[in-house]
Amino acid sequence: MSSQIIENIKKVLVLGSGALKIGEAGEFDYSGSQALKALSEEGVETILINPNIATVQTSEGVADKIYFLPVTPYFVKKVINRERPDGILLAFGGQTALNCGVQLFKAGVFEKYNVEVLGTPVQAIMETEDRDLFVKKLNQIDVKTIKSFAVSSTNEALEAADKLGYPVIVRAAYALGGLGSGFCNNAKELRELSVKALNYSDQLLIEKSLKGWKEIEYEVVRDRYDNCITVCNMENFDPLGIHTGESIVVAPSQTLTNSEYHKLRELAIKIVRHIGVIGECNVQYALDPESEDYRVIEVNARLSRSSALASKATGYPLAFVAAKLALGYGLFDLKNSVTKTTSAFFEPALDYLVVKIPRWDLGKFSGVSKEIGSSMKSVGEIMSIGRTFEEATQKGLRMVGLGMHGFVENKELVIPDIDKALREPTDQRIFVISKAFRQGYTVDEIHELTKIDRWFLSKLRNIVDTAEKLEDIDINRFYLQSSGNNDGDSDFGDHIEIIELLEHAKKQGFSDFQIARAVYKNYANDFHTQQIRSYRKAHGILPVVKQIDTLAAEFPAQTNYLYLTYNGQTNDVKYLGDHRSVIVLGSGAYRIGSSVEFDWCSVNALNTVRQEGYRSVMINYNPETVSTDYDMCDRLYFDELSYERVMDIIDLENPYGVIVSVGGQIPNNLAVRLDNSGVNILGTSAKSIDNAEDRHKFSSMLDRLEIDQPRWKELTTLDDIHKFVDEVGFPLLVRPSYVLSGAAMNVCSNKPELERFLTLATEVSSKYPVVVSEFIEDSKEIEMDAVAQNGELVAYAISEHVEFAGVHSGDATILFPAQKIYVQTVRRIKHITRQIAKALNISGPFNIQFLAKDNDIKVIECNLRASRSFPFVSKVLKINLIELATKVMLDIKVDKPEKSAFDLDYVGIKAPQFSFTRLQKADPVLGVDMASTGEVGALGSHFDDALLTSMLAVGYRIPEKNIMISSGGTKSKVALLEACRLLKEKGYNLFATGGTKKFLEENGVESTFVAWPDDEDAELRVDEMITEKRFDLIINIPKNLTERELTNGYRIRRGAIDYNIPLITNARLAGAFIKAFCKITQDDIKIKHWEEYN
Amino acid sequence: MQSLIPVRLILENGSVFPGESFGAERPVSGEVVFSTAMVGYPESLTDPSYKGQILSLTYPIIGNYGVPAKSETNGVSDFFESVSIHASGLIVQDYTDDYSHWNGFQSLGEWLKKENIPAICGVDTRRLTKVLREEGSMLGRIDFGVNHNFEEEPEYTKTNCTINNHEYYNPELDNLVAQVSCKEVIEYGQGDKNVILVDCGTKLNILRELIKLGVKVTRVPWDFDFNTLDFDGVVISNGPGNPDHCGITINNIKTSMNGDKPIFGICMGNQLLAKAAGAGVYKMKYGHRSHNQPVRMVGGNKCFITSQNHGYAVDETLLKGDWEPWFVNMNDGTNEGIRHKTKPFYSVQFHPEAKGGPTDTRFFFEDFIKLI
Repeated sequence: MSSQIIENIKKVLVLGSGALKIGEAGEFDYSGSQALKALSEEGVETILINPNIATVQTSEGVADKIYFLPVTPYFVKKVINRERPDGILLAFGGQTALNCGVQLFKAGVFEKYNVEVLGTPVQAIMETEDRDLFVKKLNQIDVKTIKSFAVSSTNEALEAADKLGYPVIVRAAYALGGLGSGFCNNAKELRELSVKALNYSDQLLIEKSLKGWKEIEYEVVRDRYDNCITVCNMENFDPLGIHTGESIVVAPSQTLTNSEYHKLRELAIKIVRHIGVIGECNVQYALDPESEDYRVIEVNARLSRSSALASKATGYPLAFVAAKLALGYGLFDLKNSVTKTTSAFFEPALDYLVVKIPRWDLGKFSGVSKEIGSSMKSVGEIMSIGRTFEEATQKGLRMVGLGMHGFVENKELVIPDIDKALREPTDQRIFVISKAFRQGYTVDEIHELTKIDRWFLSKLRNIVDTAEKLEDIDINRFYLQSSGNNDGDSDFGDHIEIIELLEHAKKQGFSDFQIARAVYKNYANDFHTQQIRSYRKAHGILPVVKQIDTLAAEFPAQTNYLYLTYNGQTNDVKYLGDHRSVIVLGSGAYRIGSSVEFDWCSVNALNTVRQEGYRSVMINYNPETVSTDYDMCDRLYFDELSYERVMDIIDLENPYGVIVSVGGQIPNNLAVRLDNSGVNILGTSAKSIDNAEDRHKFSSMLDRLEIDQPRWKELTTLDDIHKFVDEVGFPLLVRPSYVLSGAAMNVCSNKPELERFLTLATEVSSKYPVVVSEFIEDSKEIEMDAVAQNGELVAYAISEHVEFAGVHSGDATILFPAQKIYVQTVRRIKHITRQIAKALNISGPFNIQFLAKDNDIKVIECNLRASRSFPFVSKVLKINLIELATKVMLDIKVDKPEKSAFDLDYVGIKAPQFSFTRLQKADPVLGVDMASTGEVGALGSHFDDALLTSMLAVGYRIPEKNIMISSGGTKSKVALLEACRLLKEKGYNLFATGGTKKFLEENGVESTFVAWPDDEDAELRVDEMITEKRFDLIINIPKNLTERELTNGYRIRRGAIDYNIPLITNARLAGAFIKAFCKITQDDIKIKHWEEYN
Repeated sequence: MQSLIPVRLILENGSVFPGESFGAERPVSGEVVFSTAMVGYPESLTDPSYKGQILSLTYPIIGNYGVPAKSETNGVSDFFESVSIHASGLIVQDYTDDYSHWNGFQSLGEWLKKENIPAICGVDTRRLTKVLREEGSMLGRIDFGVNHNFEEEPEYTKTNCTINNHEYYNPELDNLVAQVSCKEVIEYGQGDKNVILVDCGTKLNILRELIKLGVKVTRVPWDFDFNTLDFDGVVISNGPGNPDHCGITINNIKTSMNGDKPIFGICMGNQLLAKAAGAGVYKMKYGHRSHNQPVRMVGGNKCFITSQNHGYAVDETLLKGDWEPWFVNMNDGTNEGIRHKTKPFYSVQFHPEAKGGPTDTRFFFEDFIKLI
């Protein structure tokens, strides 16, 4: 017997989540893609609104129609009006989609257009999002929530805190990832935080803090027949007080008894039934570590980061199932998608443990606080799988990709006050624990300071114990024994206790390198690591491959979702050794500079590999991705992208070859070592990759080819640097190899700036050389994304930056096809590209960045791999460059596409998304180091509408009345003059700081003077006006690095961010944006889907 | 951890699983079964239905929260499902000795040693599970090797069969129910109504659930003719091994079925009621032992996640006349419960009392009490 799906649902609109941002990242590409797949299977016509052009869900064939438009009520309503869908899904695009949906519901749009909200009703969503309603709702069924007061002003917040007693936690309603949340120990802190938080939300919740309680989550699924399951539970390593997105999380829970596990499970089901969720829901608890007392923290009636993690942790496709349930299916109608025979109404049993670890990139921002707490700052995460906690944790710490080798044997950390560092956690917390153990802290002492459960700490202690045993190995004793043999065997000989210790270490997740470092101390090098590897292999210490099958081997699995472990005897899969598989290396954790775009590239490479008759094999460990969906390939190894692990897998798979050029820099960096080990790197050779990556080799190649490049030198002393300065003059781009604080790269315009940067922020020595290059001002930056075959250019896309060079290409606003460059420049760029492709004999994807000033072209960078802009240009051009590149790499002769960018009657703009609101105290200024967390792409019939759409999609608003301008140096003042005139003509009020005001006046543009923040006696001060939210747009162009300028500029920029006022810090972009919204209005933006641009 | 004693699990088909001992040093033999439950090892080990079985846990990290102290309320243990461990041995991947929990009194290893139960860690339990899944549950022995020096002469478990020149103990051949059932009639709780609990090896939570509902519970031995007592309803408990050994119980149930007093069977109780109703039971390939078994009410859309522990199933094709299948397993289609079409006689193959496992079907007890 099967249930009926809801009748008359023929066409469904799905809302995406827009650009990736902190708190809302790749997980929603995964959930949206799954939902679209689930709908398409049912023959439902799908319409997707998502401006995130780099996603898999916005690829051809995933949805029937794709609108690259902002997910805002205005645009969604327009699309509804045009498409007239029967139903809408709000739960698959994160908080962005949910909030948009609630607003549309309140505005009566769904009712007006007769659109049915599928899945959880909006009323239920509102009851979970409005804290007051939520508490009342749960009170009805006697479920305990944290004692709290909903307030809407700072005074009310203070009163509430007085009643509750400090410390309290502040939460903003309707906010993603805990935005505006935080702990307050006293009235002063509360006042500051609540003023800020009220900018994001009309309602705040002041709660009694339960710092130190365990934080537990359940993922619950319910169908419309009231059948309910909990697919997964998870336990936070960090106790309450640290946002779950900032915490290490394990699944399943580790320290809960049967009674606790099932008490919370039962409550979760009770809550979800009472709220009336249909689909997926997440319930978070605080659990007393000393009893079974609990509180419900929150309920998310939508797919979330946790649900994506739970899907990957268990193999249960939550989003896919939730979409089917939204259509009206019962859980009993659906099959378990791993076994294909058993029911989807079940709860996965895990026979492994997963550990999720966040990835922070706080080092990329100047001024940001490194402390972690109740609001999210991490930009990505990894999931590691093992059969001991030690194993999974050490794997995971390597996966995070911040240069750590595991829990131990890392570069020595400098922690002046360990007690403080344990008490006040930062992004380094786990390594502080490692250090504390080494300094003699006990499990109990660390527990007292961190409140982390002793179970986790004891396990970490085990790792330290093993490290100490390895360190105690007397290498001299063994060295003598093996000095006579040359068979590559290591120094240990056949000592059984050593073999056992190595095996024990491997079971605890030690890498070969960690063991080498423990044994050989700081002398450890690649040779030693290789020795350890051959020794252990010779003694049969090998990892085994296990399958994730949702039922702990109770039923056979039909999918190949795999991981490697040393805690096992036998492999779950059989290896054919027929050389018919192709391994694609994925991108690892999302980070600033590498995110969903490489997931798109990986997925497209996998598809092509499969199409061409090979078995596709993926290695990746990022739970937020589509490439780690076991349906996307023939075999998925959810495991490390380290040399060691990739070689383990290659040893087993014996593949035809490996693709290293679609997953960004991580796989690219492995090319040479894999090649040295005899692995068949498909496409461009490792030697060529190295020739492009190595600055010296690449530079001499350019010289040979007579291709111009900015002058540069790698220098080791300040004197040498000054000599170089005398040669080329300022400004200079300085790239240190060792960074103490702040950004890794900087542009310096004069001597004091250079000295300031070199002495304060970096170290210059022969160990840490600095690369100094000539910086060419007012120069255009042009990107070439291309595919070549055997050195011959096959396809290419040339795009240009709106901003002048100096803004990182990941932060730049990019226009494709390039519209405003000389034909001669294009010709020259193509010529250089051909030369480079030939010289490096490129077969596959590559990207070259050029500087163009007048007709002078210089090459600044070349990567022999897919770049960040590949999905963008592929989708605008409608030629899949990755498909083409993959065919090339598989040695299939491809034809040059007939279409070229010159044929396009439309343009695409890629705009960056910043997450400065999350990064408290960070200076929201753009520079040569990347700071954006995501991007959108918009299409338009011309530059203005495409730009306006893309800017609206990353959160800008067209200003209503008041614009504040502080326009920096002379050049930017001039650059902005025309735009200011336009604004004036359009009737905007301009407010300007001293210099800007004077300049505008001299040029006949009227403005109101506003004083700098440090001008305390002034009448109208910028910062005060920001607090009063008097501006609709702030343009602040940083001028120079003088102390006063820095402080004032910072206060303005930071103020704009904290008070949620749109901010632009680049003159070219500001000018373009102003022109765009002065020329056209929001209503002029055409509501057209992708296919209609041709 | 490295000083642990090496020990092996050897299956009747010759497969060897090396590991290390963390329980009592004692060789044992029994039927090797696996459970996919991720929590609840104190509950499982004390569940009398595991009598004679060596239990392998598929969740790899075990011992995390230790074992609670022994305590009682109204004569019933608070945290355990019987007064002692019934499983013959325990097999895990990664054992945690440094447990952490407010309710922990001792480590799992300490408890197993005190109860004289051997246990192995470091075993590839996934490999073991796959062997049992493919070839069916089989006999096995925990073997310390001929060279092992036992601290004190171990008490050898009895063996009752020989396979490939090795002695094994096959629990199927014994009447295990008789071994684990109470020896005399015991009364619990207070109330106007009297519920007979036929103890075939009852989990104590059946008792707790009934007592909680304000009835008097008369717990009787498996072979006691409860028809001689004055009662309002009968609950037939879970229990270990082959139901064919319980002919006496089946006869008593048949007698009771002549009347109209409600009968509610759980697990073994389902099999005994089915047999009393004329259906048969058969041994499953590897049984259901887990906390995630999905069952669906026959002819409806109601589904439940249930806790299960059984190696036999009711052959519902033989069910006829006034009887009908009530629940079906959604994974493999096996019977999960039967009921009489007109009289208040019914039973379920799963465990509504949970402990361990999900509590979704606890309402069965309330429903039953409403009937009497």
